[in-house]
Amino acid sequence: MDQSHSQEFIQHVINGVSLGSIYALIALGYTMVYGILQLINFAHSEVYMVGAFAAYYVGSNKYLALTEHQGVGALIVLLIVAIAACSILGVTIERLAYRPLRKAPKLNILITAIGVSLLLQYSGQIVFGSDPKLFPEVIKDVSLFKIGGVEVHSLDVTILVVGTIVMLGLHFLVQHTKIGIAMRAVSSNEMVARLMGINVNRIISFTFILGSSLAGVASVLVGLKYPKIDPLMGMLFGIKAFVAAVLGGIGSLPGAMLGGVLLGLCEEMVVGYISSTYRDALAFGILIVILLFRPAGLLGSVQREKV
Amino acid sequence: MAALTDQTARFNTLKSLPAPVVAMMALIGLGVLFDNFTNAYTQFVMVLILTNVVLATSLNLVNGFTGQFSLGHAGFMAVGAYTSAWLVTRPELGALPDFLKFLLLPIGGGLLAAVAGYIVGLPSLRLRGDYLAIVTLGFGEIIRVALLNSDSLGGARGMYGIPSTEAVPALGLTAFSAQFAVASVWAVITFVTLWRIVHSAKGRAFLSVREDEIAAEAMGINITQTKVRAFVISAFFAGVGGSLFAHSVKYLNPSTFTFTKSVDIIIMIVLGGMGSLTGSVIAAVIITILPEMVLRELQQLTGIDLRMVIYSLLLILFMILRPSGILGRLEATDLWKMTLGRRKAEDRKVEGQRVEGKA
Repeated sequence: MDQSHSQEFIQHVINGVSLGSIYALIALGYTMVYGILQLINFAHSEVYMVGAFAAYYVGSNKYLALTEHQGVGALIVLLIVAIAACSILGVTIERLAYRPLRKAPKLNILITAIGVSLLLQYSGQIVFGSDPKLFPEVIKDVSLFKIGGVEVHSLDVTILVVGTIVMLGLHFLVQHTKIGIAMRAVSSNEMVARLMGINVNRIISFTFILGSSLAGVASVLVGLKYPKIDPLMGMLFGIKAFVAAVLGGIGSLPGAMLGGVLLGLCEEMVVGYISSTYRDALAFGILIVILLFRPAGLLGSVQREKV
Repeated sequence: MAALTDQTARFNTLKSLPAPVVAMMALIGLGVLFDNFTNAYTQFVMVLILTNVVLATSLNLVNGFTGQFSLGHAGFMAVGAYTSAWLVTRPELGALPDFLKFLLLPIGGGLLAAVAGYIVGLPSLRLRGDYLAIVTLGFGEIIRVALLNSDSLGGARGMYGIPSTEAVPALGLTAFSAQFAVASVWAVITFVTLWRIVHSAKGRAFLSVREDEIAAEAMGINITQTKVRAFVISAFFAGVGGSLFAHSVKYLNPSTFTFTKSVDIIIMIVLGGMGSLTGSVIAAVIITILPEMVLRELQQLTGIDLRMVIYSLLLILFMILRPSGILGRLEATDLWKMTLGRRKAEDRKVEGQRVEGKA
């Protein structure tokens, strides 16, 4: 009896961490854009949705038929496709919708972001059709090994490995490269960064490319884990990822990763031990609690506004 | 002396009464008139317009006048609608005359929505930034999930056969004109209350928070309290709108109150101008009629539901090309005054020229 309890618990932890790392990937996109523009990029969740559909169409039997060539190679192809599609879309949105409003009141940009999100959602329903599609199964879900009597599946391992590689890469990029330093400079003080000779517009575009690429990676991982994709898939998932970003401290990259994993764990525990109906309400409950007691998030720092 | 100023004060209060009463009477008269000339569908749309006027003007108080951004108006509307639909079946209310009961029900819906507004608003409005947008979005979602899972309120099936106002022969009102009368009364109450709030000292506090929080704080305004106050008032009237909606549609379903519904109302205030009550009224009329008249034809023509695509494009284009909406922060009365003023100025100019000519 006890044995099976601990097994169940470990199973939930594995599920939670793999779901959480997907949240973290999307949360990073939100937090980077927020760090630079102080904008909740509502369209980010739709960028992620489009990434999933791009991968679906390219991987489907019509084009590459990747289900017949399962393996790491096929996964990499899908990842590249999704990253490319998301980056192009992300930069286009920034150019056409956000850049003309750079100097406008923040509220106007927020409304535009919501508009872009809805536009993609509903044109997605027209273009892709609103019925769910089955994502190509490029990695076969087999049990690889056992931890404490719990089978670890290849999908969870794939998600964890890809997620970890991407996040380590991001960490290196932001902390140790020239463009990463520029990003942090713009985020810390845009005007001073401009005076130091940084091309702010280029850095903002690059941030959108980076965030959208992470969303692309996440979209493929989600497609593998939960193979039914539809044009409305981004909405709720995106909001929850944003909650994860707030939980960790908006604007902080390690915070977004921590928040994502924590949220994934909490959600799996609630589903496992309480009821799955509260799954979607949980994130917002966490959000309200964190805003009440620690508005800067777990790893964020309080910033005083100076006059 | 004291009695005299007292009386003057009372006189001043009464001075503001005729306009709303006339507006109410005019609307009710319109209802009676339309009763004879239009079909049930047009009548339904007319009540819907008034409901949307209530919803749009109340959202404008938060989003337009106080400069915050709420995305959960549909959630508060749902609270009001379900409360009202539940209250109407209570036997305790059976003693009230039918018409009066329906006139009072929105208060019940509004109060519960206001409580919900307080609970949601307090944590999120303490902070700067756009947290309110996410929290209200989440709140709308929570309400929808809660309604889906509550069997006593119909769950996913929804609530059927919600009673609606019946004919009042004593006042010469048919079922529709009675319903329209209730909606008119509440639309006018909402508009006048919000108008008077915005033009009062407390209302100036809302505007000052919108313009500059730091400067407002320096002037001694409690920012959090002001924002929460605006948010609670707005939630109350959203509940009223929900109640009107429940008794005109007579059928409630959790999927009615999605994010899309909130966006509908946001489109109204963006189109009409954030910070213009009359603009919201105009836009509410346009946005309610548009899908019924034009978009329905378009859908039949193309076979695709383009409503939300068009709405979202409208949002983006308005924000980029004309962020102030139709009226901006002006009211229709300002336009009227401006035209009058211009005419007067021109008159004076002409007169001046005449005088010069004589000299």
